[in-house]
Amino acid sequence: MSGPSTYVPKSAVGRWFESRLPIMGLMHSSFVVYPTPRNLNYWWTFGGILSVMLMVQILTGIVLVMHYTPHVDYAFSSVELIMRDVNWGWMIRYIHANGASMFFVAVYIHMLRGLYYGSYKAPREVLWILGVIIYLLMMATGFMGYVLPWGQMSFWGATVITNLFSAIPLVGESITTWLWGGYSVDNPTLNRFFSLHYLLPFMIAGVVVLHVWALHVVGQNNPDGVEVKNVARDTLPFTPYATVKDGFAMICFMLFFAWWVFYVPNYLGHADNYIEANPLSTPAHIVPEWYYLPFYAILRAVPSKLGGVVAMFSAIIVLCFLPWLDTSKVRSAKYRPVYKVFFWLFVASAIGLGYLGAMPAEGGYVLASRLLSIYYFAFFLVVMPLLGLFETPRALPASIADSVLKNAHSAKA
Amino acid sequence: MLFIATGAVGAVGVGSVAWPFIHQMNPDASTIAAGAAIDVDLSAIPEGSSVTVKWRGKPIFVRHRTPKEIKEAGDVTLAQLPDPQADAQRVKKPEWLVVIGVCTHLGCIPLGNQGEYDGWFCPCHGSAYDTSGRIRKGPAPKNLEVPNYAFASDTKLTIG
Ligand code: HEM
Ligand code: FES
Repeated sequence: MSGPSTYVPKSAVGRWFESRLPIMGLMHSSFVVYPTPRNLNYWWTFGGILSVMLMVQILTGIVLVMHYTPHVDYAFSSVELIMRDVNWGWMIRYIHANGASMFFVAVYIHMLRGLYYGSYKAPREVLWILGVIIYLLMMATGFMGYVLPWGQMSFWGATVITNLFSAIPLVGESITTWLWGGYSVDNPTLNRFFSLHYLLPFMIAGVVVLHVWALHVVGQNNPDGVEVKNVARDTLPFTPYATVKDGFAMICFMLFFAWWVFYVPNYLGHADNYIEANPLSTPAHIVPEWYYLPFYAILRAVPSKLGGVVAMFSAIIVLCFLPWLDTSKVRSAKYRPVYKVFFWLFVASAIGLGYLGAMPAEGGYVLASRLLSIYYFAFFLVVMPLLGLFETPRALPASIADSVLKNAHSAKA
Repeated sequence: MLFIATGAVGAVGVGSVAWPFIHQMNPDASTIAAGAAIDVDLSAIPEGSSVTVKWRGKPIFVRHRTPKEIKEAGDVTLAQLPDPQADAQRVKKPEWLVVIGVCTHLGCIPLGNQGEYDGWFCPCHGSAYDTSGRIRKGPAPKNLEVPNYAFASDTKLTIG
């Protein structure tokens, strides 16, 4: 944090309250006078966007629950009721369904930002790992939400994902039965997924508080990756500078979001989910939601059941170890010419895996998934540790202020 | 001493309260009751066709095999199989194959009369099963499971 609060309440009531619960002071020091590096770019606005998206999901979710029925016989028709009969129900559901996708768009940008600028490195390891936990909770929430409308993709997605646990030796079968509350995905499964889908977003909100707390202890990273040396020279107060910039980015993002909701609300979903779940017929081609596709491709790239499941979960867990896998002393890719190339190759491989996850698991697609999966892991396990030893980074600016002033000069010239 | 005793009693207490909270998620009594045995009328299934019945929320394939299918299943040597099992171990009467129609990979329902081995093909990740429901190719690790069943008479099959 920025040291002891400098907040002075203006009114007598304010002073009375502040001496009993100093929450206004906390807000003031966290979001008004909080010093932000003066060189932050727009990639730093996605944290704020994510907070807003979480609120959008919670708000629309609570409204949907007022009309939704978590029972295998009524779930599908209650969602149709929301779409056709509930006043503005179609809009609220489209906001929630597309909101989940926008949430993931924002989180992927936010994470790649961290990866590019080395934000996971000391002293931000705990901050980064809390982020990975939020991401895992989001994946679980999105998955269980997608099951609720009880369409064909809901049902078969739930079947395939819960069966992942059956790969665990010895206890796998008992674990899946326990998850299902029966012999297959059925009413008990739908009920518990509903309960957890309501709960997890609030757990996410809790971890977000820890994430922001950790952020305010160590301070923000920045595009040059050099620490703040002189608060007066290197930083600007959060309000108005970051508030306005975040606000502007948020409005642009909301316009983008609204375009999906109002023009192509079903583009990111799957048409088969408008067919009610049928436990006796698997759709010809099941695909998960787009945000899981890279991991689905990794799962299918491995020709063994247990191996595929292990690879898929490792692809996420490996993120927790980045602070220790990356051996470079320099944070930002701006000053790491070789890392930059590998980074963009990594982005390309992740997108490639996403594409392959949506294709059938046969022939050339499988081979391509294998190659890209190998690169995915090699980036973290081979490139990161070795590059720190062999790469010659470019010279770092002496301070944040110097880098900004140098830019100003070259822009004029 | 007092610390240890307090700690021990506390741990037992937490453990015994945790179990009900874990076990409540297992199948409840009504689910188990609904999973009781069912009967299938075999006289309605001509040779070369199969029916799918629902038992415990899962499809059960009951296939009336042709002599060609029986021969194919019997001719395979065990060394060719990822999950070696002789056809004779998987059926009670050679003309009737009864298997749980759930892919042993991740639980999709394989399609009948398809794939390279004349048995089933799973569209989800490409597993192929033979005329004995044994896995031959693809990511599935095991053969299609054989449920408990008995022939109550020549035309009546009891599953479960
Ligand atoms: C992290 C935040 C959340 C995410 C990522 C999320 C995601 C999803 C997704 C992907 C769906 C399926 C939409 C569809 O295709 O129809 C869904 C449905 C649903 N969600 Fe959420 N959700 C979140 C928060 C919440 C909250 C907080 C609640 C309740 C308070 C809620 C209640 C519901 C309900 C009732 C449905 C079923 C109706 C429908 O399918 O539209 N969600 N959610
Ligand atoms: S579920 Fe059948 S091949 Fe994966």
